Parts: sequence; C-alpha cells; structure tokens
Amino acid sequence: MAGKSFFIDTSKCTACRGCQVACKQWNRNPGTKTYQRGSYQNPEDLSYFTYKLVRFSELELDGKPRWYFFPDQCRHCLEPPCFYTAQSLGVKAITRDDETGAVLHNPKVKVKASDAKAIRESCPWNIPRWNKKTSGMAKCTMCIDRIKEGLLPACVKTCPTGAMNFGDRDKMLDMANKRLSEVKKMYPKAQLLNHESVRTIYLVIDEPKKYYQFAEAIDITGITRIAAMKKLIQPVINFSKLAG
Amino acid sequence: MKVITRRDFLKISGVAAVGLTISQLGFDLTAVQVYAAELRIKGAKETPSICCFCAVGCGIIVATDKQGKVINTEGDPDHPISEGALCAKGAASYQIAVNENRLRKVRYRAPYSDKWKEVSWDWALDKIAANIKKSRDKSFMEKNADGKVVNRTNGIASVGSAALDNEECWLYQKMLRAFGLVYIEHQARICHSPSVPALAESFGRGAMTNHFIDIRNADVILNMGGDVAEKHPVTFKWIQAARNRGATFIHADPRFTRTSSKADIYARLRPGTDIAFLGGMIKYILDNNLYDEFYVKNYTNASFIVGPKYSFDDGLFSGYDPNKRAYDKSTWALEKDEAGIPKRDMTLQNERCVFQLLKKHYSRYTMEKVTSITGTPQEDLEKVYKTYGSTGKPDKAGTELYAMGWTQHTVGTQNIRTMSIIQTLLGNMGIAGGGVNALRGESNVQGSTDQALLFHILPGYLPAPRAQWATLADYNKTTPSTKDPRSVNWWKNRPKYAASLLKSFYGEKATKENDFGYSWLPKLDPTQDASWLNLFDEMYKGTFTGFFAWGMNPACSSANAGKIRQALARLDWMVNVNVFDSETGSFWKGPGINPKNIKTEVFQLPCAAFMEKQGSITNSGRWMQWRWKAANPPGEARPDGEIIYDLFRKVEGLYKKDKGAFPYPILNLKWDYETNGRFDIHKVAKEINGYFLEDVPEHPVNKNAYKKSTLVPSFVFLLDDGRTSCGNWIYSASYTEAGNMAARRKKTDPTGLGLYPEWAWAWPVNRRIIYNRASVDRDGKPRNPDRAILKWDAANKKWIGDVPDGPAPPMGTQGVYPFIMKPDGVASLFGPGLADGPFPEHYEPLECPIEKNIMSSQRINPAIKIFKGGPDVFATCDPRYPFVCSTYRLAEHWQTGVLTRWLPWLIEAQPQIFCEMDKELAELKGIENGDRVVVETVRGKVEAVAMVTLRLKPLVIAGKTVHTIGLPYHYGWLYPKDGGDSANLLTPTVGDANTMMPETKVFMANVYKKKGR
Repeated sequence: MAGKSFFIDTSKCTACRGCQVACKQWNRNPGTKTYQRGSYQNPEDLSYFTYKLVRFSELELDGKPRWYFFPDQCRHCLEPPCFYTAQSLGVKAITRDDETGAVLHNPKVKVKASDAKAIRESCPWNIPRWNKKTSGMAKCTMCIDRIKEGLLPACVKTCPTGAMNFGDRDKMLDMANKRLSEVKKMYPKAQLLNHESVRTIYLVIDEPKKYYQFAEAIDITGITRIAAMKKLIQPVINFSKLAG
Repeated sequence: MKVITRRDFLKISGVAAVGLTISQLGFDLTAVQVYAAELRIKGAKETPSICCFCAVGCGIIVATDKQGKVINTEGDPDHPISEGALCAKGAASYQIAVNENRLRKVRYRAPYSDKWKEVSWDWALDKIAANIKKSRDKSFMEKNADGKVVNRTNGIASVGSAALDNEECWLYQKMLRAFGLVYIEHQARICHSPSVPALAESFGRGAMTNHFIDIRNADVILNMGGDVAEKHPVTFKWIQAARNRGATFIHADPRFTRTSSKADIYARLRPGTDIAFLGGMIKYILDNNLYDEFYVKNYTNASFIVGPKYSFDDGLFSGYDPNKRAYDKSTWALEKDEAGIPKRDMTLQNERCVFQLLKKHYSRYTMEKVTSITGTPQEDLEKVYKTYGSTGKPDKAGTELYAMGWTQHTVGTQNIRTMSIIQTLLGNMGIAGGGVNALRGESNVQGSTDQALLFHILPGYLPAPRAQWATLADYNKTTPSTKDPRSVNWWKNRPKYAASLLKSFYGEKATKENDFGYSWLPKLDPTQDASWLNLFDEMYKGTFTGFFAWGMNPACSSANAGKIRQALARLDWMVNVNVFDSETGSFWKGPGINPKNIKTEVFQLPCAAFMEKQGSITNSGRWMQWRWKAANPPGEARPDGEIIYDLFRKVEGLYKKDKGAFPYPILNLKWDYETNGRFDIHKVAKEINGYFLEDVPEHPVNKNAYKKSTLVPSFVFLLDDGRTSCGNWIYSASYTEAGNMAARRKKTDPTGLGLYPEWAWAWPVNRRIIYNRASVDRDGKPRNPDRAILKWDAANKKWIGDVPDGPAPPMGTQGVYPFIMKPDGVASLFGPGLADGPFPEHYEPLECPIEKNIMSSQRINPAIKIFKGGPDVFATCDPRYPFVCSTYRLAEHWQTGVLTRWLPWLIEAQPQIFCEMDKELAELKGIENGDRVVVETVRGKVEAVAMVTLRLKPLVIAGKTVHTIGLPYHYGWLYPKDGGDSANLLTPTVGDANTMMPETKVFMANVYKKKGR
C-alpha cells in the first residue's frame, strides 16, 4: 500500500493559520476558550477539538530573531503505535484506512481515561486527545471524507503559500526530497522529519527541537533493536488472539 | 501489559517485519465509516463569493443545503488570485453566516434608556426619516457667511462603509448628497487616504498600480510600510511564487513579524522614519547610477525646469506661512515657455532641472544621518539599497507593497511619494512585476473610495463642489489643462463625466437649462475640510444632531477613540447598521458611561452579511468582482442596499407630504431601481456604468449610432450635453450591452503574465496594469521582452497585450507621453501639487522620542493641523511617556474586530489584546511575559497582556536608546468581555498634511505592570 502523504514545508509557512481554522471549519470543531499567554500560539495545545495547531517558536540566531512555525498534526504513521497500543489494550477505537493509510480514531468509541493516556503516551508526537465528557478520542482524520471524493484535505486546500501539500506518497516524498536539496543550500541544517515512517512529512530548516518538543520522534540510545523487537512481540501476540 | 512509549517508536517502525497488515488483524472499521460515510457537501448548492475581509479579493465557495442553510465555506479553487486558499479569517467565514450572535432584529434605544428594545423595520425607518427631516430642516444652509450658495445640511454626518458593495456605496452617497450632507467619510480616510494624492501626484491615479498575481513577476519585492503575512496573508502566495523563481523578498519594519520570518532581508527601523530610510535609497540610486536613464529622461519630469522662486532651506520649502501652517505652492511652479509648455533640459544638467534638485535634496540623506534617524544598522541599509537598486535595469522588476505602515503618519502622503520617486527612477512603473502597490485593507475600500464616500470627491474622483464654483461652468473651469499637444491629459474630459454624473443623480430633472441640477449638490466652503478627524471634532463640539455609523465602528476604529465616545453622546440620534453589535451602537452603555446621562437615540439596523446578498466589490488590484447570494440573512436582517433604498423613499415621502428646507435635491432625485416592485441591485450597477439617454445617430467618437436606453460601451462615449448618464465614469464599461463584466469567470491568460482579462473586470476599461505605456520604448517595443505586458503591432497598427493606457500609437518622437492622467504626460519626480512640499522630507512624528529633528530645525511636518483643547492633548519627549508606541493588525482579526471577535475560531486563535515589547524594556519595567500591563498615553490607558519578545529590539537613535512597543487594535469592551478595549484610546488626533489621515502608527506611551493582578 503506497497510500497518501502530506508534505509540510515549514520554510514556506507564514503562520496565517488558515489550516488551523479550515480544519475546525471542515470538522465542525468548536472554538475553545483561550487566553493570551504572551504568545501568538492559541489554543495552547492540540485537543479533542483541535486537530491542527500552528505552533510558534521564537529564538535568536547570531543576534537576529527567528520565528519558526510548525503546523502540527497527526503523522499518520505507516505503523501507528497508537493503533498497536489500543489493540494491546483491547480498545477498538482506532483503525487505518488501507487505501490511503489514514490512521483514524473513532470518537464514538468510549475509551477509559487510563487507556487514552497510554495511547497518547505511545504517540511519539503526542497527538491523540481524549475528551472527558464523551470519553472519545479524536485527532486529524486526513479529511478521509474529502480525500475519498478526490478533494484535498481542508488544511492543504486553504494553504496560500504551498507549505501544506498532499498527494500520493511517492510524489510527496519526491517533492520533499527535491525541496530539501534546494533549501539546504541556504540552511545546511534543513531536514525531513521521520519521513520514512510517517505520512506527514515535515521539512524544517533548523534543528527540530527549536520548533517544538515533539516535532521529531526521539531516538533514545541504549534501547537496542532487539529490545525494541521484544516490545513488539507483546502486542502482536495480543493481535493474534484477537484474530483467532 | 506492554505499552509502547513515545520514545520507542523509531525503533519499532520497521514493524512490517511481522508481516501483517492492520486490516488483517481484524478490527473495527467503523472509524473509517464514521468519517467517510458521506461527504457533507455532496449535492449541496455551491455559490461563488468573495471574501469580506482584506482587499486581496479571494474567492470563497459557499455551500448551502436544500433548506438554504450555509453548511460549508471554503476557498474557490478556480479563483485565479487565491486558487482555493484562504487565511484564518477567510476560512472562518462560515461563522459569519451561522452565528447565534448575529443581529436579527431592529433595535431601538430611547434617550436615557439603559436597554435595547426590539422594534419593526417600518417603525424604525419612519422614525429615522422623521429625524433626518428634522435635523436637515433645522441645519440646512442655503447660503454661507459670504453669501455664496452652498445648499448643504450642516447638522448630519455619516461614516461608512467599505463593507458595502459598490452599488450600495454609490446609492448611499447619492442619498446622502441628496440630503445635503458634506460630512461624508468612511474607512478609506483612516486607511489609504494618503495613497490617493501621493500616487495621483506622481502618476495620475490614486490606486494600486499592479495587482496581486503580478507580484510573481517581480525580481525584488519590498514590503515596507506594510506587513503582508499579517494583513494580506494570501498575497504571500504570489510572493512565494516570485521567490520560487529566485526573487528576493525584503521586509523593512519596526517589528520582526510573521512577514519578516520569511524575508530574505529584514531591516528594522524606528516607526515614522520611512522618508529618511527611503531618502537614503534615493541618494544611493543616484550616487551609484542605478537609475534607468532612458525612463527618467523620457517618461518623467526629471528634465523639467523648476521656477526660480523654488527653494528649500533647513526643513522648509519656499512659500511657507507659519501662521497658516501652509505653503504658497505657486513658488514651486515649473518654468514654462511662451507656448505654456514646461521647459526641459534633456541633458539633465541645468541646476534648476528636477533631476539636479532631486540630487541636491537627497544628497543630505547620508548613511550616517539615515542610521542615526532610523536606527537601522548601516549594513542593513546598504543591503536593502543595493538589492532594490538592482531593479533599475529594463529587464528587472522591483515592486513595493505597503499599507497602513506608510499611510498612518503626519507624513503619510510623502512616505508614499518617496517610494514613488524610487520606482520612477528605477523605471519600475507600468511594468509587469513593478509598481507602488497600495494593499487595501477592507474588501471594498477601493470601491467605496471610487464611489466617493468621502467629503472631498464625487464618484470617479471628480472634485466635490465648493461655494466658489457657483455654476457648472465654474466647476468645469477647474478641469486640468495642458498646452502641450503631446500630453493626452485625459482629465480634460472631466466635464463629460460631471454632466453624466448629474444625469445619473437627477435623471430627466437634470437639464441643460438648470445646469443638470448642479445647484442641488451640497457645496463645501472654499477651504472647508470635512474629513474624519474634523468630522468627529465637530461632533464633539455639538455641531451635529444626527449621525450615521453605517457598517463602521468609530468608537474603536478612530484615533483618540475616547474623544469619539464622548462625541457620540452629544448627538440627538444615531443610526448604526451592522452585522453584529458594536462598541459604537452600544456606546451608551460603555465603560464609565451611565446610560441615564446619554440623550442619544440609537437605531441599530441588522444587515445581511456578504454571502446573503449580491453585488460587486473592488479588490485592491482594482478588480471588480461580483458576489452572488448564497443564503438569506438571519431573522429580519436585510441587505444594506434595500435599507438605503427604503430609507430614502421614507424621507422623500415626508418632503412630498410636508414642506421642508430646500426639497429639490430630494424630490428631483432619480430613485428608480426596482424590478417588479423589488429593489434590484443590477439596476444600480447599470446606472453606475451609464446609459445613452437619447438616440445618438452619429457619435462624435466613432460616428456609430447608439440607441436610447442602451448601456454605454465605456466612458469614451460619455458626452457633456446631457445625452448620456454615468454614475461613475471609471466604472463605465463594467456593465454593458454585453453583460455584467464583473461576473465573468473565464480563465484565459494570453500574455502568460497572470492578467486574466476575462476574469471579473478591472477599472479603468479592464486595464490590469495601469501606466503600461511606460513598459515599452518609443517604438512600442517591450523594454523587457520576457515580461511583455504590451507591444505595438506596427503592421496592424494596434496594441497587443493588456488594455493600453490610452489607444494612441507609441510615443515615437512626436507622439503622446505615457502618463496620460498627468497634465504634463510624465511621472512626477517633483510633485508641486501637495500641501507639504514637492520633495518628501523627513520630519519627526507629532509625538516622538527626540527633541530635535536630525535633518533640520523643523521637528514636525510644518503643514499639519494641530488640534487643541479638550481631549486633544499631546506629549512629546515627555519622560512620563518614554516609549514609541504603534498599533497594528493581526492575521486572525480584521479592523476593530467588529466581525472577527464574534467568530469563535478567530477569537480562540487571538483571544485578548496584548502589548509587545523587547526584553530589555521588560526587564527595565519588571515585566514578565504574560503579565497584565497598562499601556498609557497622555490621552488614555488600555490594559493588555505583556508579550515580551525577541522580535522587538531597542534602537539607538541620536545616541539615545529608544524602545518600541505595540498593540493590535482589534479589541473592544463589548465582546468578548475579557478581550480588552481598543488600542485607539491611546492614539492622537492628528492628521497627515494632505489628507488628515490620523497618525496612529507612532505616538509616545508608557507601559507598566498592573498592580494586584
């Protein structure tokens, strides 16, 4: 399954937040109560009602200001840990659309708080959110209803600058790699984030940490490949039981 | 239980090793079904519209269900400017249509009452009409103190509105002028008023010269005096398109903003020092011979000789009268030969030629001086000068994008003039990828300006009548003239436009014998200035009994808003029309006000939002785009056009019934825009275009025959003898026998340069880049063949490409000059028509941090009006107010937030007013990020949340550290309750010397931590 991917070129993002609002518009998510906290970033974080959030990060480089914008959203992992975790917990709220690769949380399935926490914890990018009132989990849907009809996801369609892109995965990877080689000339630290593992491929011009704590999945040294594989076995066993 | 943690993910992402796909594992697929069951907009009706916020003019598709309810709004993918994109505001427009806080009922607030009462339309309009008549009859002046006929109503004023459609604007000004109002103003005054005289003085017309898509054709884009990513976000589509081609993007701004974050070059400067910054660039261009010599010699007044009376000394031009704070501009006149044609020296060597005077004037703007005034490091200045100066070659194009950052200053007009000089020197005018581009901030502020909702003009930039022009013949004597046969001087046609306008006002009642009803138009006193600040000053003094705030919120949008709020209390009645409630409509219950003390009777009329009516709006690039109706307005809300239409009928009825002051303009007004008994906006659109009123068997222009009651093909066919009508000559050709041009949606692009001549319509005569004759050489060959917007086909004797700026053949050695709207036919490096000097000169803002202007002994612009007394107080170099303060807009809100604060998705993104400040200042004042602070000026104070940022930096000005702070002005006390009040409570009542544009971009303030959180 090649499926679909996003390519998010932060070097072209002006943080107009068209994507943030278009996402709310399409998904009929309400505006939540927020406060000015000394930042342009609002709401403060993703939530059950906010699937897409432009994160703002200001810093200084060689005495000159830089302002980095990071339109954060679900990465739609090729192998989604939220999904595996849910399975291991027996939570049937998450699936993946085989045609597109969209990872989907069904907000109508009730999830216990502790399970929701575990699922969220399993996400290297801290994406899925749980709502106390409904006990459901929600996040970016890749606008599955739109893309199934050949429309672009709402956030991509509304983007004025070409920061947000969407299409067949191979095309997006080509676009990302091509743009990376251009941008690198000016910004040697430019990189794609976890592009081999995810369907939401970010291009950043500086170290990902400077954008946002969870911009990139962290590679912790000391956990060996074998150890990781061992961890895998557990959920797979659970899956087998379910399948059987 | 094993749970995968965030940290482990990378290690396991090779999970495919287990060889199972997720769907094989047997799960619940309902999630897919939940989301993909049915596309919400499947089968919905889709109606194209245009966004109601800034003037980029992005396309929106409004989807409605079978019941006619709006179910979705998103970008129009076919729209050539926005290509489906929308910024946060545009993307939130669904919440304008579907919003529980929309005004649904007519509301009335009786004098001294503390609450609204819901009333019927009929009741309200009857009562408003009676109020209008009473105020009009009481204050009507037939003759002024000098005994001159003025026929005006002194006791009613109006502001509004750039939020109306073109047709509504035109109808509204027609009604107001029939009532006799001269105090007619709106957003344009406080938005781009300086652009009009600055650009008109330089090039002939007062509008954005190019258009949004054309930005992609530039090699260097300078965004100075503006902040595109915040204020005109979708513009960035075309900036990015240019950058993808290799263009350089420069942002020069006091604040490092979202725009700066994407700039190739960023230069910081102190607010209010743009002329110094750009003056240095003029010097750099001249010193390094970067100018376009052919262009400068042939297409500008560089070679013209200035008369011997002209001088400039220590900040003052010749002819200054300190008592009047005004210049005798005759001392700046050009020298003319016996035939009355300006003298020229094509070698540019004569010491009194414009080129040499320009050189001399700007030789004073050395790098050292510029740096000490602006605070911009010299290396940054040089980088900007060098990069921008590189566009002086014929195959290079540089464009400038600006907005309020240049206009809202006491030197607003001259800020824009300085850039006009640079663009003229570099040959960047009239070309693809060039221009001085005034980015307009309201969706139809270009249109509302064109339709003349301003005191000083009639539709199409005809001057407003004044007492000294008693007859139409007197009025026509002011028509610009030239003795030079090579100058087209298009304005020579003005009498045709004036006569046709009067016919559109008074129809058959306008006859040759009665001067086409000219005497019925209200007349200003000879030097009367009825602009915004003066209007509210008069209101404050109690001059008016009645006031319309139509689609406007002056209680938050005006400089010195505290004064405005007091002024509103001195009215007998006010009519406020809007989509949501506002601080203006509800001023009587504002902070610190006891409704029991407020006599003002208030009528609040609910109006339709943009997708609930049809009509046209004109974007910043002069594209007139039609919007179709997608849904009905909520409750009893009605389109503005219908409200205006019915209101006039009511007033007319009263004057028919009872006698009243000078009823003729009302009784003789042509008011017949109905089809089958219902108001028909198309009839107004056609009236604006113009009709043949009689059969014209052999038209003087082309000898063709035209039938009575047919629409004129364009303003070329207008006549001065009463046989044609035209509501606005620059819009003539917009609605012809071929149909409604603004409604066109065909996407052909013959030049490949993004002109899209069959998408909508652009004034004038569908020309997409004005002054385009300056893009070709004397033989009509494109000077930049790679980006040719125009070329002369010599074999067939016609122009190919854009609609040429005048049909005449190329200039050759004997033909016409390219700038057809200027009497001299060329662009003006020397501009003797402005109030404060023919060359821009740096002066400090009225409130500034330094005692002495580094350039001269004149600290402030010598030609500005100083308001005195009452709430008009100022503090300069005052230790109580040590910081330079500025106000601005954010990408997520629009204007006073009168629409956007009510949209939950936008108020979520920018919930409360904040004050940005640099780290050093915060440390100095013991303020931490997120603290509540008070920002205070000598006029008022506003509470805000501190935003301590690396993006602001102190500057060293004349050896002194100067901190700049700033606040967005989108908030108001009414809603949301914790959003904060208007930043305009801080700003001063002082205007630009030419247009009275308030100086809201620079003033002096203090900021301190609020005690006891």
